[in-house]
Amino acid sequence: MLPFYPIRENGIFRPGSFKNSEHCMVKEENLGIVETKYFTFAEPPQEMPLEFGGKLGPITLAYETYGELNADKSNAVLILHALSADAHAAGYHEGDEDPGWWDAMIGPGKAFDPNKHFVICSNVVGGCKGSTGPYSINPLTGKPYALNFPGITIADMVRAQRYLIDHLGIKKLLCVVGGSMGGMQVLQWVAAYPEMVRSAIPIATTMKHSPQQIALNEVVRQSIMADSSWREGDYYGHGQPERGLALARMIGHITFMSDKSMEEKFSRKLKNGNYNFNFGADFEVEGYLRYKGDAFVKRFDANSYLYITKAIDYFDLSGGKLIADGTKVDTRFLVISFKSDWLYPSYQSQDIVRQLKMRHVDATYCELRSTYGHDAFLVELDEMRELIRHFLDKTFNGYEVLKTYAI
Amino acid sequence: MPSDSRRLDYDIIYEVIEDGSRVLDLGCGNGDLLYLLARDKNAKVQGIEFNDEAIYRCVKKGLSVFNSDIESGLVEYPDQSFDYVILNQSMQEVTKVDFIIHEALRVGSKVIVGFPNFAHIAARLRLYFQGRAPMTKTLPHHWYDTPNVRSLSIADFREFCKEKNIRVLKAYYLGEHRQVKFWPNLFALNAVFVLTR
Repeated sequence: MLPFYPIRENGIFRPGSFKNSEHCMVKEENLGIVETKYFTFAEPPQEMPLEFGGKLGPITLAYETYGELNADKSNAVLILHALSADAHAAGYHEGDEDPGWWDAMIGPGKAFDPNKHFVICSNVVGGCKGSTGPYSINPLTGKPYALNFPGITIADMVRAQRYLIDHLGIKKLLCVVGGSMGGMQVLQWVAAYPEMVRSAIPIATTMKHSPQQIALNEVVRQSIMADSSWREGDYYGHGQPERGLALARMIGHITFMSDKSMEEKFSRKLKNGNYNFNFGADFEVEGYLRYKGDAFVKRFDANSYLYITKAIDYFDLSGGKLIADGTKVDTRFLVISFKSDWLYPSYQSQDIVRQLKMRHVDATYCELRSTYGHDAFLVELDEMRELIRHFLDKTFNGYEVLKTYAI
Repeated sequence: MPSDSRRLDYDIIYEVIEDGSRVLDLGCGNGDLLYLLARDKNAKVQGIEFNDEAIYRCVKKGLSVFNSDIESGLVEYPDQSFDYVILNQSMQEVTKVDFIIHEALRVGSKVIVGFPNFAHIAARLRLYFQGRAPMTKTLPHHWYDTPNVRSLSIADFREFCKEKNIRVLKAYYLGEHRQVKFWPNLFALNAVFVLTR
């Protein structure tokens, strides 16, 4: 049985092209095959100016879209991803086993529904997933930028996305949504272009990185830079600093989970039934971290990790920078945090809410019960999906949705 | 409209609030009252509620609501952010009543307080003749599972307002099906006070 949604000509999604019959059965609400697209802009001499000085161009952004823009261009949803994700948020790439990183949220009948919304997921400048970053060829030298890549910030990522949204002909986004670093981009979108954002959903995020968060990122960076194969960033053509990058990711994964989720997932289970005293991976949790670290090396550029973690550390919209004093912001907010998230604890979401209250911004805040820690925004989706679906309905249809709800 | 006492208080609060008002409901529950105000009176409404399930139901109705306890929910609001702050059936569940009422009067120009009357005749008879803690239609809980941490009568609340220099603009006394005009401190199950500074 095939899901009901329009078959598009230009290859954005084709429900007929599932890889096998199993997908047809269980992935009924899936988008099918999708493709990443690329937009290049800021060609010299009109490079994009950067927040901390300097400029960058040309810039390519990788992005995906699902669904179609409606006639009055009022149904666009911009999805922004976390540190190491990419533009591939939903559906399957040809030949892939796994769907995009937020597939549970995007698809017919889900929170972001391509039958109703024009869903855009944009990669970030500084990344390594098809957008311009330190691994890209510097047009001036013909070699990868490496550490000659300029320092970028969350504001620069958002400014680049603004070019993309303009290119797509969208004046006002129905919603800008993202978790973790994606949430920071959401807040930056409202800070920079409030008139372009009808609603904002920052999830498991913060207005400013705390000393604890900066410290964790610094340990992550040091583990990359301590690897001699990092070569001061000039490792392209020699292979990645694999040990350092894997270690960096292992540290990351500890912070994404909670004490409880690790107990539930691994407890003290042993990989081979006994202690080996050879400093191998005795415990399952050790095996998991090693596996995640090694897998990460294959899919992410070490310099990008350095640049993006710095961009996150520099992020600070506190002190009235989120919504300037005296400005009237019509953006509706849905702020979501998770009880067991110790990397981006709920108090940071509550700080965002406090700012919104002070500025009389229409907002809903919900702290969801979850044991998954920071990973919850990717893992535990039922409540969040429902909250977002209803919130978007209200944003899109105004009070019409109220009238249809009978108490 | 429904006829039980809890819904009678909705009717009264609904009538009190003018069209287009800015309303904050502290302990808004499922958001039924806010929903009516938003839908029919074009009120700009905001809820604060602690219970997760209730929050989901509010969002489902299209309401904006904060997941927070009442005590910490008010601090950030600038003075006079709302025309009405509602504390319906939630005041008796907080410990810092004095603080909450004053904060509510700071952020709202009027405060509507609805609470169950612990001096209702049924409560008095039960205490006097049976020697048992009060249970009435509006105080349905046992002593061991009640969410109420403050036990007050209508007379107590009047005294409180007098002591704290809070003006009572209007007071409504509610029986099971209709308003009570005679000897409210004895015969009213619920009271709704409209306060201002």
